[in-house]
Order: sequence, then C-alpha cells, then structure tokens
Amino acid sequence: MNFDQNTYIYFIVAALTIYAIRALPLTLIQKEITNTFVRSFLYYVPYVTLAVMAFPAIVTATSSLISGVVAFVVAVVVAWIDGNLFKVAVASCVAVYVTELIIM
Amino acid sequence: MENKKWYLMGLREGLPIGLGYFAVGFTLGIAAREAGITAFQMGLMSFLMHASAGQFAVITVIAGQSGYVAMILTQLVINIRYLLMSAALSQKINHDTSMPKRLLLSYFVTDEIFGISASVKGELNPFYNYGAATLASPGWIIGTVLGVLVGNILPPSLVSALSVALYGMFLAVVIPASHESKAVAVVVIASMAASLVFDLIPLLSGISGGTKIIILTIVIAAAAAIIRPVKEEAASAETAEGGKEAQ
Repeated sequence: MNFDQNTYIYFIVAALTIYAIRALPLTLIQKEITNTFVRSFLYYVPYVTLAVMAFPAIVTATSSLISGVVAFVVAVVVAWIDGNLFKVAVASCVAVYVTELIIM
Repeated sequence: MENKKWYLMGLREGLPIGLGYFAVGFTLGIAAREAGITAFQMGLMSFLMHASAGQFAVITVIAGQSGYVAMILTQLVINIRYLLMSAALSQKINHDTSMPKRLLLSYFVTDEIFGISASVKGELNPFYNYGAATLASPGWIIGTVLGVLVGNILPPSLVSALSVALYGMFLAVVIPASHESKAVAVVVIASMAASLVFDLIPLLSGISGGTKIIILTIVIAAAAAIIRPVKEEAASAETAEGGKEAQ
C-alpha cells in the first residue's frame, strides 16, 4: 500500500470535510427555528437516526446471532424499566458475555 | 458552577461511551493494520476525525489512490448525517452560545455523544458534551491505536461483548422516549423496520451504512413531521422544566 507523505494530505482533506459537516449547522443556525415543519423534523431526527443505527446492527455485532438477539432484548427491557445509559450498556454487554459462555 | 455540574454529568455518561469506543476502535485498528497503516497514523486520524466509518473510508480511498476529490465526496456521503445532528443540536443549545463554544461542540458531534445529548431534557449546556468527550475521545484514540499495535490481545469473547455497548446506549435513548410519546414510539418502530428491510433486500443492502442512515432519517423524520407536527407549547414546556429533569 502507498502510505507516504500524501497520506497526511489525505488526512487533512478528510478531517476538514468531516469538521465542516459538523460545524456548519451549529455555527450558522444561531436563531430558534420557528417553522413548525423544520422544528418537528429536527425533533424526530435523533430518534430515527439512533433507531436505524441500533437495529439490526446490535443483532449482528456479536460473534453469534443468538447473543445479538439477547443483547437487543435485554437492552430494550432495561431501557424501558430504567433508561440509564450506563446500566443499559453494561446489561447488554453482560448479556452477550453470559449467552456466549452458555452456547459456545 | 452550572457549567461544572454539566461537565461532571457529561463525564459520567461519557464513561460507557469511552469503553464502547475502545472496543469498536480496537476492531477498527485491527482492520487498519491489515491495510498497512501505522499506529501513529491511526492515532492522528482518530484525533482529527472521531469517525469510525469515515476513518475506514480514508484508508480505502488512500489505498485505492482515488484522489482528493474522491476523498471529499466519500466523506460527504458517509458523514452527512452529522449535518442533521448538528442542526438538531443548534436548536437544543442556548441561542446566545458563543462561537468558540459552538466550534468546540462541533468537533465532538459523534453518533454517541449526539445520542446522549438527545436524551437531555430541555436546553443543552455544551459543557455536558465536553465532559462526555473528555472520556469518549481518549477511549476512541487509545482503542484504535492499540488495535493497530497489539491486534488480537483481547479475548474474542470480550470484544464480542463490548461491541454491543454503543448500540445499547442508542436504545437507552430511543426506548424511554418511546415510553413517553406514542408518536416517537411509532417513529422508532418504523425506523427499525425500515432499517431491517434495507439490510435484507439485496438491491438495497449494497447501499453503505452512512447513506442508509441519511435516506431513512430524511424520509421518516419528514413523514413524522407532516403527520405529527410537534406543538409549540409542548416544545417550550419541555425547555421550561429542562433544568430539574436533567438531574
């Protein structure tokens, strides 16, 4: 592979592109948006994005489909009962570990 | 004093993100080493970008000698979702927030830090995000560097278990919100169903993860905004009680 000094120029190009995407809305939109559609759209954005990213990715992330499904179910149940980010994350990790101990 | 409180709160929520990043970064590091990247290059890239799919694409573009324009276009496609997250955050912070604070906040718009910001009720103080980034960023950088350096030192069972941490956090944001609002619940279920369909249908499964996220986000969030517009009073009431609800 060719990872020479050009590599660093590629890094800078990529980093600037990513930063521009992240910084433009936050620096340019300084007022409260009053348009109901845009407001509602932005209200729903996080829920759609996070749901799409979480599922079915969580099911296929582990070494076995079974432990992935268990992780998903445990995360949903714990989140429904408590909702604490740390507890949900730890509970789903432990669920995978224990499930894989049993089935593998 | 208020800032310190938010910063500490962010630190607390940033710990599981840092651990999750460590695990995910580790696996990315292993893949990157196979592509021929050094630990220093990996660490630098992680520090500059904080973007998993984006960083993997950097390696692919360089390996393919595809040129700078290709790099820009690839990064735009993969990371355009951050544009929506950043726009959503712009409505969640105080409108008088200074430019330097906004620029620093922008640096750490990652899926997970955005995710926990979305779980904050009412107005968001950027120090919450700074606190989260204080643990999340090193977790990511160290994880990716160690992945390049020591490859398979972590037992696969542990990597497998840690790999769900970040997804668990996403669920910890969307599930309680679905508990409170029926509209959000419908949106979440529709999003997961659509996401599954995209992965299962052969024609659609060729679409990259980043593109899938942006397409589904625009379509579903727009549909929800038309069918169930958020009422003005609901939004302002949420802001008013934000202080105490944010623990």
